[in-house]
Amino acid sequence: MRAVMTVIGPDRVGIIASVSALLASLNINILDLSQTIMGGIFTMTILVDTAEANCPFEEVRAALSAHGERENLSIRIQREDTFAAMHRI
Amino acid sequence: MLNQSDILQTLDMIDNQHLDIRTITMGISLRDCADPDIHRCADKIYSKICSRAEKLVATGCAIESEYGIPIVNKRISVTPVALVAESCESVEYVRIAEALDRAAATCGVNFIGGYSALVHKGYTTGDHRLIDSIPEALATTSLVCSSVNVATTKAGINMDAVAQMGRIIKETAERTADSGGLGCAKLVVFANAVEDNPFMAGAFHGVGEPECVINVGVSGPGVVCHALKEVHGQPFDVVAETIKRTAFRVTRMGQLVAREASARLNVPFGVVDLSLAPTPAVGDSVARILEEMGLEVCGTHGTTAALALLNDAVKKGGVMASSHVGGLSGAFIPVSEDEGMIAAAERGTLALDKLEAMTCVCSVGLDMIAVPGDTSAETISAIIADETAIGVSNNKTTAVRLIPAPGKAVGDRVEFGGLLGSAPVMPVHPEGADAFIARGGRIPAPLQSLRN
Repeated sequence: MRAVMTVIGPDRVGIIASVSALLASLNINILDLSQTIMGGIFTMTILVDTAEANCPFEEVRAALSAHGERENLSIRIQREDTFAAMHRI
Repeated sequence: MLNQSDILQTLDMIDNQHLDIRTITMGISLRDCADPDIHRCADKIYSKICSRAEKLVATGCAIESEYGIPIVNKRISVTPVALVAESCESVEYVRIAEALDRAAATCGVNFIGGYSALVHKGYTTGDHRLIDSIPEALATTSLVCSSVNVATTKAGINMDAVAQMGRIIKETAERTADSGGLGCAKLVVFANAVEDNPFMAGAFHGVGEPECVINVGVSGPGVVCHALKEVHGQPFDVVAETIKRTAFRVTRMGQLVAREASARLNVPFGVVDLSLAPTPAVGDSVARILEEMGLEVCGTHGTTAALALLNDAVKKGGVMASSHVGGLSGAFIPVSEDEGMIAAAERGTLALDKLEAMTCVCSVGLDMIAVPGDTSAETISAIIADETAIGVSNNKTTAVRLIPAPGKAVGDRVEFGGLLGSAPVMPVHPEGADAFIARGGRIPAPLQSLRN
């Protein structure tokens, strides 16, 4: 299943490293990644494939959200279809 | 990959503009539950609903989690109970309301609709029994919603039913006086009721519907209002285009959820109801959209035109986004459920007469309006008669959901809590229409040509 992750929070060293390490530990593959700094806020969107993840989607979501709370980041994941439905005909 | 700004825009709509799916409603036919023994009939109804809707709430929650879009309500609508209970020998139809209530609680849904009768041309014995039992049913259950269709464009208006519903609404308010007349918030009187409406309190599963079906109601007043702020002061052509574009996006989300829920539950997809359904939350108001168009306060001159534009543009934008559109489809104006409407009513700008005019050009009708507790049954019937006349003459659905709040007067406020919100008590005309209502009989169906 392809899902879009968004990671938003104050910029600092090591955000991508910690998020990608967590994804690796969940056996989730990164397909595409886009990152920018908007007004000092780190903003990253990652397209991932959760087909081979080592736990159910709900647990992946909880793990990412918990990681976000620890690291002072907002981390969300949702199916790619949500955005495709809204922005593509 | 998707454009990052599109992704962030969607998240902003969900986080800050109250974008959500208002309801996934499973329609279930109860036509095979008829039985001469009312207890057996009630048992069959309970079993059927529980088996059909067993996974409805869990599936809704799973979709919510995976797609990251809130699905506020999961609900059930059933075949109008007057039809199902017709063959019961007992008059104790409340037993069936209790079974519906238990089934809804077991399934974990927050409302079940269909304690209903269709009497636009006349009553059957079952219709009489059901309508007589509505006040007790609504007072003794918590999740059951009831509706009665008293008029259609093809049949005209059943004025005997209109007169009776005034009395039924009064009795329901009195029986639920300790909660501000809450029972009346679960009772809708319709003209031209639709068979596939997913929204409460008026949802029922019509006789032309399949065995089981999934209907989805979308929402999004906050998203539309936000989009209009971006085109502040621009001509109405731009306003209409902006609303259409926004409604398209919102409806695509509803279509996605409807398709997914239908596939996971292995139940056919029925319709997406293209509605702008407000909530009492700040930033989720239809009234504020009208004000954003340039009205100082909702209810002032210009309100009907603004609402007509909004309603039409929502439909035009939404229709292309969904494979099947139905239900009530349009902007809702429930006073107690809309923060801007409440403010306008409390200020005295939004009055019952203006709301009636607004219902000529938008979805549904006089919705969630508290009136003084001493309003007579005849006056309520007269309000229903006016509203049904609008529906019948304009070939559209109209409805009345009035709460004659016991012990309350103009200036008071009735708190219902949750999505039902709080209703400022609005004045009605003191002059009666008793002799008009006392006539009874039927108002003939209107001519469908020479329309001026």
